[in-house]
Amino acid sequence: MLESYIKQRLKTKDILLMTHIVIGYPSFDASYEIVKHMVEAGVDLMELQIPFSEPMADGPVILKANQKAIEKGSTVKKCLEFAQRVSKEFSIPFLFMSYANILYKYGMEQFSDKMARINLKGAIVPDLPPEEGESYIRAMKKNNLSPIYIFSPETSDERLAYLSSFASGFVYCMARKGVTGKETAFSNELAVYLSRCRKATNLPLAVGFGVKEKADVDYLKGKADIAVIGSQTIRIVEDKGVSATGDFIRTLL
Amino acid sequence: MKNRGYYGNYGGAFLPEILVATFDELEKEFEKIKNDPFFWKEYETLMSSYSCRPTPLTFAGNLTRKFGGAKIYIKREDLNHTGAHKANNVMGQGLLVKQMGKKRVIAETGAGQHGVATATMAAKFGFDCTIYMGEVDMQRQRPNVFWMEQLGASVVPVRDGTRILKDAINEAFRDWVTHMDTTHYVLGTACGPHPFPEMVSYFQSIIGKEARQQILDVEGKLPKRVYACVGGGSNALGLFSGFFDDPVELVGVEAGGKGLNSGMHASRLNSKDADTGIAQGYKTYFLQDDDGQMKETHSISAGLDYVGVSPILSHMHDQKKARFESATDTEVIEALKLTMLKEGIIPALESSHAFARAFKEAPCLSKEDVIIINQSGRGDKDIFTIADAVDDPKWKEFIIGKAKEYNA
Repeated sequence: MLESYIKQRLKTKDILLMTHIVIGYPSFDASYEIVKHMVEAGVDLMELQIPFSEPMADGPVILKANQKAIEKGSTVKKCLEFAQRVSKEFSIPFLFMSYANILYKYGMEQFSDKMARINLKGAIVPDLPPEEGESYIRAMKKNNLSPIYIFSPETSDERLAYLSSFASGFVYCMARKGVTGKETAFSNELAVYLSRCRKATNLPLAVGFGVKEKADVDYLKGKADIAVIGSQTIRIVEDKGVSATGDFIRTLL
Repeated sequence: MKNRGYYGNYGGAFLPEILVATFDELEKEFEKIKNDPFFWKEYETLMSSYSCRPTPLTFAGNLTRKFGGAKIYIKREDLNHTGAHKANNVMGQGLLVKQMGKKRVIAETGAGQHGVATATMAAKFGFDCTIYMGEVDMQRQRPNVFWMEQLGASVVPVRDGTRILKDAINEAFRDWVTHMDTTHYVLGTACGPHPFPEMVSYFQSIIGKEARQQILDVEGKLPKRVYACVGGGSNALGLFSGFFDDPVELVGVEAGGKGLNSGMHASRLNSKDADTGIAQGYKTYFLQDDDGQMKETHSISAGLDYVGVSPILSHMHDQKKARFESATDTEVIEALKLTMLKEGIIPALESSHAFARAFKEAPCLSKEDVIIINQSGRGDKDIFTIADAVDDPKWKEFIIGKAKEYNA
C-alpha cells in the first residue's frame, strides 16, 4: 500500500520528501500547524514521533523536543488522537516513529490495531530490530501496515538482505553513523553505500540523518527515492516559528 | 545477532541498527576470552598486582556481639584499587579493549566509582577516556570528578532528562553510535544489551569465587545468607554467583529512598512501582509510568539511583532465586555510623544499604549461622553527603574557611 503510493508518486517526481515532527512540541496546536504548512508545501510523507523519555538514537535537537513534549503533557493517548486527526484531514501517508517501550507498554498488537483504525501507514522503531520484533512484525503484517527497517553504513550485505526480508513500504537508510541532527558529508562514500542498499532491496530507499538543504536533496536524486528531513524542521520552528516551515519545504524542491 | 541474552523474559538486545555490528564483534571477542583457559589467570594476576585481590573477608566481631545473632563477615571490595568492586569489571573490559585494538574508552558513572575505575584503567593501558556523568551526580560526588580529571579523563556533564545515571548511559550510547570504530563503551553494571549483563557478571564473579573459598577456609561451612546492595546489580551478581549452586539465601537490597510509599525511591524489584519495559537496549523491570515513560528515582546514594536493574536479577526475582529488600536513606545513615564506630570500617552509602538490611536480620538468626555482607565500596567519596547527613559543625566550619581562602 505504502510502497505503491511511493512508486506512483515517483512517476512524477525525482525524489519525495518525508518530514518529521515530535508530537506535542512545541505544543499540539503548533504541531498541527506544522503538519498543515508542510502538507500544503508539498511533502509526500510524514513521520509523527511519539515522544519517549530515553530517545537513545536521537541527537540533541530531537532529544530536547522529546523531553519538552513530555513535560508539556504529550501522552500516548493524546498523540494517538493527534495522529487520527491529521490523517483524517490530510491526504498524505503518516507514519509513527517511536521507541520500543511505547509500543510494548501499549501492547504490540493493540498498538498496531490502533494504527490501522486511525489510518497510519507504518512505523519506525529504531530500538526494535527484527530479532526482538516477532510480535510487532506479526501484528503489523496482520493489519497490512509497514514496519520500516533501518539500514546503516555499518550493516553488512548479508544483514541488509536479512533486514529487507522483514521490511515493507520503504527502507530507511541512515546516511552516516551517529545520532540525528549532526552534519553529514554527502560524498562518494555515501553513494557507494546507497548502491549497496539498492542491491539489497526492491523497496524504495529513504535517506535521513543530516539532510537539511536543497543541495543535500539534489545530491540524493537518482540515488534514493525519499529525502528525510528531521531535526532541521525543528530548528526552523525554533528559530523562525511555525509559519516558516512551509517556505522552508519549498526551498528544498 | 540472533535472539540472545535472555534470562527468562528479561534481557535481549534492543539495539539501534548502527550498533548491531559492534555488538556482534563484542560478543565474539567476549566468547574468545571466556573460552581461553589462560585468560582468567591473566585477569587474576592483573587484579592481584594492580588492585588488591583477593580482597579480605573481615570478621565483624563487635557488630556480631552487638546483634547477638549470626556471625557477620564483610567482603572487602572497598579495598580494591579505586575503592570499589567497579575495578573488577573495568580491568576485565580493559583487557578486552586491548584484544580488540581499540584506542578510546567511554563510560557512564553515577557515584563516580565506575568513572574513576575506568579512568585509571585508561591511564594504565594508554587509552583516551571520556566519562559521562549526570549534573546532579557531579554535584553530590565532586571528589570523584576531581580524581577522574586528574587521571586524564574528560568528564562530560549530562544536563538532559533527570541528570543522573540513566541519562549518563543514554549520552554514552550517543557517543558510541558515532565513534564505535575506535571506541569501546565500558558499561559499568550488569545491565544494557547482551552481552553486557553476562560479561559484567563474569568479571564480577571473582567476588563470589573468593568469598566462598574464604568462608569455607575460616568457618568450614557455607553462609546462611549473603547480602549485597542492588543498583544495576553488578556487585550483587558478583557475590551471588559464588553461591548459585549452594543452599545459601541471596539477599539484594535496593534503595528505599524516603520510603517505598513516598514515590521517592529506586526500588524496582521490592516495590510495586516497577514493571517490565524496554529501554537502554534491554528488557527488565523499570520504574515507569503507564505510557512507558521512565520516572524520576531517588536515593541518598548516586550509585543505586537508577530506573532499571540487571535482567539477570529480574529473572532471579521472578524465580524466587533471590530475595529483594530495601533500606531507606535514614536506615542507611544509621547503619553506616554504627559500622564506623563498631568496626572502624567506612562503607560507601551504596554498600550501607546491604549493611542496614543485614543488621535487621542478624539478630533473628542463630549464633551458629554465618552471614556475609558485600562492602562494594568505601565511603570516603561520600564525605560531603555524609557530613550533611550527620550535620557535623566542625566540617561546615572547615568548608566555610576553605571557601574564604579561595575568595581571598
